[in-house]
Amino acid sequence: MNRAKMWLAAASVLALSVGMGLAQDSLTIGMQLEPPNLDPTGGAAEAIDSVVYLNIFEGLTRFTADGSVAPLLAKAWDISADGLVYTFSLQDGVTFHDGSAFDAEDVKFSLDRARAADSTNAQKALFAQIADVTVIDAATVQVTLSQPNGALPFNLAWGDAVMVAAESAATNATAPVGTGPYRFGEWVQGDRVGLVRSDSYWGAAPPLASATFRFISDPSAAFAAVMAGDVDVFSGYPAPENLAQFQADPTYQVLVGSTEGETILSTNNLAPPFDNILVRQALAHAIDRQAIIDGAMFGNGTPIGTHFAPHNPAYVDLTAQSAYDPAKAKALLAEAGLPDGFTTTLTLPPPAYARRGGEIIAAQLREVGINAEIANVEWAQWIEEVFTNKNFALTIVSHTEPMDIGIYANPDYYFQYKSPEFQQIITDLTAATDPAARTTLMQAAQKRIADDYVNGYLFQLPALTVAKAGVQGLWPNAPVAAMDLAALSWAK
Amino acid sequence: MLHYVAGRLLSLIVSLAVASLVIFTLVEVIPGDPAAFMLGLNASPEAEAALRAEMGLDQPAILRYFAWTYGMLTGDFGTSVTYKTPVADMVADRLWVSLPLAVYALVLSTAIAIPVGVLAAARRGRAADIGVMGATQLGIAVPNFWFAMILVFIFAIQLGWFTAGGFPGWGGGPWPAIKALTLPAIALALPQAAILARVMRSALIDMLGEDFIRTARAKGLTARQVLWRHGFRNALIPVLTILGLQFSFLIAGGIIIEQVFYIPGLGRMIFQAISSRDLITVESVVMLLVFAVIVVNFAVDVTYALVDPRLRRRV
Repeated sequence: MNRAKMWLAAASVLALSVGMGLAQDSLTIGMQLEPPNLDPTGGAAEAIDSVVYLNIFEGLTRFTADGSVAPLLAKAWDISADGLVYTFSLQDGVTFHDGSAFDAEDVKFSLDRARAADSTNAQKALFAQIADVTVIDAATVQVTLSQPNGALPFNLAWGDAVMVAAESAATNATAPVGTGPYRFGEWVQGDRVGLVRSDSYWGAAPPLASATFRFISDPSAAFAAVMAGDVDVFSGYPAPENLAQFQADPTYQVLVGSTEGETILSTNNLAPPFDNILVRQALAHAIDRQAIIDGAMFGNGTPIGTHFAPHNPAYVDLTAQSAYDPAKAKALLAEAGLPDGFTTTLTLPPPAYARRGGEIIAAQLREVGINAEIANVEWAQWIEEVFTNKNFALTIVSHTEPMDIGIYANPDYYFQYKSPEFQQIITDLTAATDPAARTTLMQAAQKRIADDYVNGYLFQLPALTVAKAGVQGLWPNAPVAAMDLAALSWAK
Repeated sequence: MLHYVAGRLLSLIVSLAVASLVIFTLVEVIPGDPAAFMLGLNASPEAEAALRAEMGLDQPAILRYFAWTYGMLTGDFGTSVTYKTPVADMVADRLWVSLPLAVYALVLSTAIAIPVGVLAAARRGRAADIGVMGATQLGIAVPNFWFAMILVFIFAIQLGWFTAGGFPGWGGGPWPAIKALTLPAIALALPQAAILARVMRSALIDMLGEDFIRTARAKGLTARQVLWRHGFRNALIPVLTILGLQFSFLIAGGIIIEQVFYIPGLGRMIFQAISSRDLITVESVVMLLVFAVIVVNFAVDVTYALVDPRLRRRV
């Protein structure tokens, strides 16, 4: 009798677990980093956007899977002839997850809050040209700019520009309330965030009823979690060394896409001897990009010769200009008066591309007589010492913001490139509206920094995703940090 | 007695005050600005300044030190700047994971080590003893994180008996939670068990060579009776001492195991708080740990006094 009961219990447990497997309207997503909080308007951590952007929170506009901008809470907009006034018409029937209606007052509140003097928005520059936000009626809002900026819809698509309600803005960090297709379920700090489908969503109901984000920072734990089936999708997969194993297995799918992350050997242009262009040129020729991609990224990553994403139509392939040529590098060093090389430091932040890539670069530099001493630092230390205090010689970092070549026009930016010619190109680019003229200027900018050998340009950071074969709708590329849950479903 | 306790109490208070000052200073001097870390590379200086003011970091360090210690005295451990949650709540949540894990590992290691150690001592020099010595040598040499990965590979990936990590919480009943802690507890317990088994073995062998054992044998007790009644009981004293030391090690050793099994314990929380420069969380949690150790030492000192009359008369 007892034994029979036990078997019955075992059978029902089995039936239950099979049943759960069949239902398949939920998904578990693994990510390496846990968001520090869940308010995308109050922090720069990409993990925040990965969890909440497009899922809990929506903006007036949004980024799509290919990186283009599409309407979202604003269904359409008119631009005045002088390019200074944008009139947005809002979607009807939109409510926040707490039941309150979304209207033009919320738009005004959100934008005014982001651009206020005491705002802690990490991308405050996105709102810099906004002079005034006026409510015309409940479904219409007018944004007036201080100078024309054709990029306003692009700027408003960022996670930092999402719409929030005045009543809940202060508590979004721990209990986010937005207008998106999913509402906040639970957050077990250190472990997971759960989202559930919102029944009051204004748009089409998404296929998945719920989703869980799990945070697994250790690369071998990430591998084990995917192999054991604990997670259905691992976004930003941290162990490229065993991607081949998943690629060979038909029960998994592997997506190797592009990101906006230009990975560079960032060089302090004011620190001797790197203030000499010949030394920077020697550095460029001493680096074998393919060896770094193969060794540090296990073959994943596109070589770049300038600070621009290769998937962008305006990209120019300048990798040949700084091709691997150690003999030329030595000759250039001799010409610069350093025939015996020199000793310098290479500061490496925690990501694997930097730590692994740094070891390889140090070995390559040693071949031409440059002795780069490696110093490993944490991110907080990197931001203070390298980025803020500019106290460094060489470092490796991926610049992940989209279309960020403009950072070279800022003479105080941490690599301290001071070129009036380049600054002029960017000034012209900001003013230009004609697409052909903009492309010409973007290409001129790419060439200018390649000619000046500002930094060592290594590769475009790949977006690595491993998922069970049945998961559909994953973004192959990562134009922004996002996990668009509404697009996901299980194959029938 | 009263004098003695008062003396110990005074030294406890002085230790805590010194510890708070050392912790605060150390955390303050490590480079890294929490506001800059949170807002990333594109942040405007005004936004950083606004956030620093919101975090209270624009106040002078000395004022923040007194605000922090005053808060601790009144039971307020501050609010985490990154998680925006009271530190006391976070610690309480995490302790519900780390403490059961440490206890589980301790129970496992004791359950394995004591019989194995006794067996090895009783069969000294024979095959069982040599086998145990070899196995425990291996157990001490193997790093526990590597052992953890092997466990995951066999029991989670190949056999599918356990999940590879994570913690479901105690809300769904004790069984899923205990199951989730099993592999981590084994990974933590085995190296400890190896040490403990060797201590058990050598303590028991020492005891068995004592005069009173020979007397007991001469009285006509069997080898088995002597082993358990006289040898084992007396050999437990050094084993218990090591066990006590191991418990604090288990809490600390949990930091790495919590990473491998992605368990939301105290170790993982300290790790994350340090890397995001969540100063108040680091300060308060480290202070709590120091407090626990100092109070335990105080309790031990007082117990010694109760047990040993010579200590009472001193001071």
